[in-house]
Amino acid sequence: MINKQAASVTQALEGLTDGATIMVGGFGTAGIPNELVDGLIEVLDGSDVRHLTLVNNNAGNGDTGLAALLKTGRVQKIICSFPRQADSHVFDSLYRDKKIELELVPQGNLSERIRAAGAGIGAFFTPTGFGTELAKHLDGSPKETRDINGRQYVLEYPIHGDVALIKAERGDRWGNLTYRKTARNFGPVMAMAAKRTIASVYEVVPLGALDPEAIVTPGIFVHRIVQVPRTATVGGGFKKASS
Amino acid sequence: MTYTRKTKDQLAARVAQDIPEGAYVNLGIGMPTQVANHLPAGLEIILHSENGLLGMGPAPAPQDEDFDLINAGKQPVTLLAGGAYFHHNDSFAMMRGGHLDICVLGAFQVSEKGDLANWHTGEADAIPAVGGAMDLAIGAKQTWVMMDLLTKQGQSKVVRECTYPLTGLACVKRIYTDLATLEVTPQGLRLIDAVEGLSREALAQLVGLSIQA
Repeated sequence: MINKQAASVTQALEGLTDGATIMVGGFGTAGIPNELVDGLIEVLDGSDVRHLTLVNNNAGNGDTGLAALLKTGRVQKIICSFPRQADSHVFDSLYRDKKIELELVPQGNLSERIRAAGAGIGAFFTPTGFGTELAKHLDGSPKETRDINGRQYVLEYPIHGDVALIKAERGDRWGNLTYRKTARNFGPVMAMAAKRTIASVYEVVPLGALDPEAIVTPGIFVHRIVQVPRTATVGGGFKKASS
Repeated sequence: MTYTRKTKDQLAARVAQDIPEGAYVNLGIGMPTQVANHLPAGLEIILHSENGLLGMGPAPAPQDEDFDLINAGKQPVTLLAGGAYFHHNDSFAMMRGGHLDICVLGAFQVSEKGDLANWHTGEADAIPAVGGAMDLAIGAKQTWVMMDLLTKQGQSKVVRECTYPLTGLACVKRIYTDLATLEVTPQGLRLIDAVEGLSREALAQLVGLSIQA
């Protein structure tokens, strides 16, 4: 019998290695699997695991969750599209102190590079970023480009994950998932691209309870699900009106 | 002759006036967001948000805020009947794949060839962040820019060559500003309209580029 449900967050996270690439779903605070990120921080604490590469659209909000993970000093590099937010002070100071490396990727290229990893694509040509600073490698050398039918494209390579932490709404023991509203964002894409995908869910339902026509991520892309207590997503990433 | 700048609301209304019923539209973060408030009631115009929704509706009442339902600026929104959620890859396929009819973006500079600079000031200590700007700029069937024509120092933001880091090359079709609306054509800039009292010659002088009628 297949049962992908882990007893706890820490059990689901066993086996992390030094230098791992960890993908974390979410856009702003929607879709961030906070319980999994907190569990990751707990597992890292006291371990020798460092030099992590973190892949997320943003670079943390406030002082908790991803920001707390960055604070541990175990993240060497972050690959993201939009690190600067109204409440990204943890990332901002690490970046200014040169304690973290940033690979800035246009958001659609980020998503497509992750998808490419999951879909077995070796590399792809994208029009996004052509002729800009982001069509350069981190060392400043130009990325390969090509004229295809009169349009200019940049060659981009996949981003593979060792682990993906994503937030879903409902799951079953085969790992089939549904999501909630715009908290879906990077979840289905990251699930495809990691050797081990761990999804938090608010509800575990019996096999067959999820409408097969409405399953968003089929279980083949998911290795562990962990049930967490339902909490309302707290907003972040923008300037709040002063109260 | 004297003339008066359009207010931000008047500018948003001017942009909204050119969006036809049935259009799929992405409104960028900042000033373009306000265009939504001026879309004619009763017309079906479908707003896209890069984080995975089509059919975006207005902000909810404070007690109905749901932070799993947000826009690209991370602020709570609503979903209209007929709206849909989808993941990031589908969302950026809509953008990059030419499925959006119009996107409206803010800008630091636009060149007369339609090059766009809107993501980074290039200052050494600024933390760069690009988000979906580059995908939007080159992906929509038409990219429109909405901005003040002049900087606070009085310099034109419509320029011969952008000096800020580029977002996309030759991608801007129309430039809506507080003083005039311009079309970017292969032959150069063309005037669509200007505020009352501002002649084409005076506008060309402000911009420092030739502007055709």
